Amino acid sequence: MAPLLNIEHLSISYGGIQAIKDVSIHLEQGEIVSVLGANGAGKSTLLQAVSGLVPISGGSVVFSSEVLNKVPAYEIVLKGISLSPEGRRVFPTLTVEENLNLGAYTRRKMRDEVRKAKDRVFSLFPILSERRKQLAGTLSGGEQQMLAIGRALMSTPRVLLLDEPSLGLAPILVKQIFDIIAEINAQGTSILLVEQNAHKALGIASRGYVLENGRIVASGPTSSLRSDEKIQEAYLGGAALRKKAAR
Amino acid sequence: MHVILEQIINGLTIGSFYALIALGYSMVYGVLKLINFAHGDFFTLGSYLGYTVLVFGAALLTAHFGLWGALTAALIFAAVSLALVGLIVERLAYRPVYPAGRLPAVVSALGASIFLQNTIMVGWGPRFQAYPSELIPNVHLQIGGIHLSLLQILILVMSFLLMGLLYYIVQKTTFGAAIRATAHDRKTASLMGININKVILFIFTLGPALGAMTGIMVGMYYRQISFTMGWNYGLKAFTASVLGGIGNIPGAMIGGLILGVLEMLGAAYISAAWKDVFVFIILILVLIFRPTGILGEKVAEKV
Repeated sequence: MAPLLNIEHLSISYGGIQAIKDVSIHLEQGEIVSVLGANGAGKSTLLQAVSGLVPISGGSVVFSSEVLNKVPAYEIVLKGISLSPEGRRVFPTLTVEENLNLGAYTRRKMRDEVRKAKDRVFSLFPILSERRKQLAGTLSGGEQQMLAIGRALMSTPRVLLLDEPSLGLAPILVKQIFDIIAEINAQGTSILLVEQNAHKALGIASRGYVLENGRIVASGPTSSLRSDEKIQEAYLGGAALRKKAAR
Repeated sequence: MHVILEQIINGLTIGSFYALIALGYSMVYGVLKLINFAHGDFFTLGSYLGYTVLVFGAALLTAHFGLWGALTAALIFAAVSLALVGLIVERLAYRPVYPAGRLPAVVSALGASIFLQNTIMVGWGPRFQAYPSELIPNVHLQIGGIHLSLLQILILVMSFLLMGLLYYIVQKTTFGAAIRATAHDRKTASLMGININKVILFIFTLGPALGAMTGIMVGMYYRQISFTMGWNYGLKAFTASVLGGIGNIPGAMIGGLILGVLEMLGAAYISAAWKDVFVFIILILVLIFRPTGILGEKVAEKV
């Protein structure tokens, strides 16, 4: 069976720079797949291309056997793919509830479904329920991250794209967010996760890819990625680990 | 005491004109970061179209639908026509230059303004035109010693209804939230499934339609319209939207009302000849001391 989301030989260039070069990634139904990489490796560009925000110059993005290359961003949500963007991007002058309602914008006529989706988000993130009338700009960083993920869930997507959900958060919040990501996945949503926090990203995923300068340099089950020396060195603080072991 | 109350009511009347025009500026600025210089001319064109309906169609319309019917017909005709004109101007003058950045769009807006103004001059002539004088019964009411004309009450009621309606759409509906979200962050708005082009088309029909209805109210209030009046009203409405916080919809309404009242009080107690000066002093002061306007305060984004 074909994978749920299949990115094949994807290339993206803008401003004369090739940001993504011949990248192939697939996501099966029910999986969490992580894409690791340093700043500027092209991780966000990849997710933005799947979401229709940046034009694709080569290769293809296929979602449940439909090619999405030319589909505009506002229609991608309808297809069942939803992005929680890097830096959260909540609408700060709108209330928490308005942010969530916009997440379900494409289904705004189906009030029952919107209510159901909102109940689900509030059960995952009870703090959002408490703050529903508050402006999103007044939330803490962690709460804004929860809102961004919750908002992306409001369209009840089949594939959730998460761009750096741990960015700028305290370790305890990172743990909380990743626990909830696992729970979302357990409820049946497939997740493509882009992260700099390699420990967390490999801990939660079944498979992973490593992106460097727009190219995939390693991929495979997370267990094999974790034991790969080069990856330990570059992303898992390998040198520090070895020093610890030597002592 | 009565004098000052009457001046405040006069100020609210002209302030509601400014507010309704300012809404058009602010909605377009909010979403496109473009100052639509043609907006004042939308207002003028609406006023002239309403004038034509009332002068040439009034006899016929009044016979069939009565005075209020004729007035309603003029308002609807002008609003619908200007909604179409707004769409055409957006398509022909703005959409082709969006990719080129903000400055070309502003130049294009000035061009559209000159074009519309000259079109009105060619169509109706360069002279002042006079709105029919006995349109609304010339009834004066006295409420607690304050003189009010029926026309003034009508204008105030209509303006506040229109503002209330727009406030409801923008602040209370999901589509309104989509407009505000688009104004804040277009890219993320499109991730929500919001079609940005539809939002742009909406504001380019609603803004000009509101402007057109305001044009008719101004024609009835002052009785006299000219093809250049859009410039002055446009500039004052623009000031009102800056005062309220440009891009902010409740701000445009508040800014317009405050500006109207200040202008009237300045005219009554300092000098009527200087009333335009007060308006532009306010613009300069706001730009120097509070460029975000009254409601345009930025909520801090946490990183």
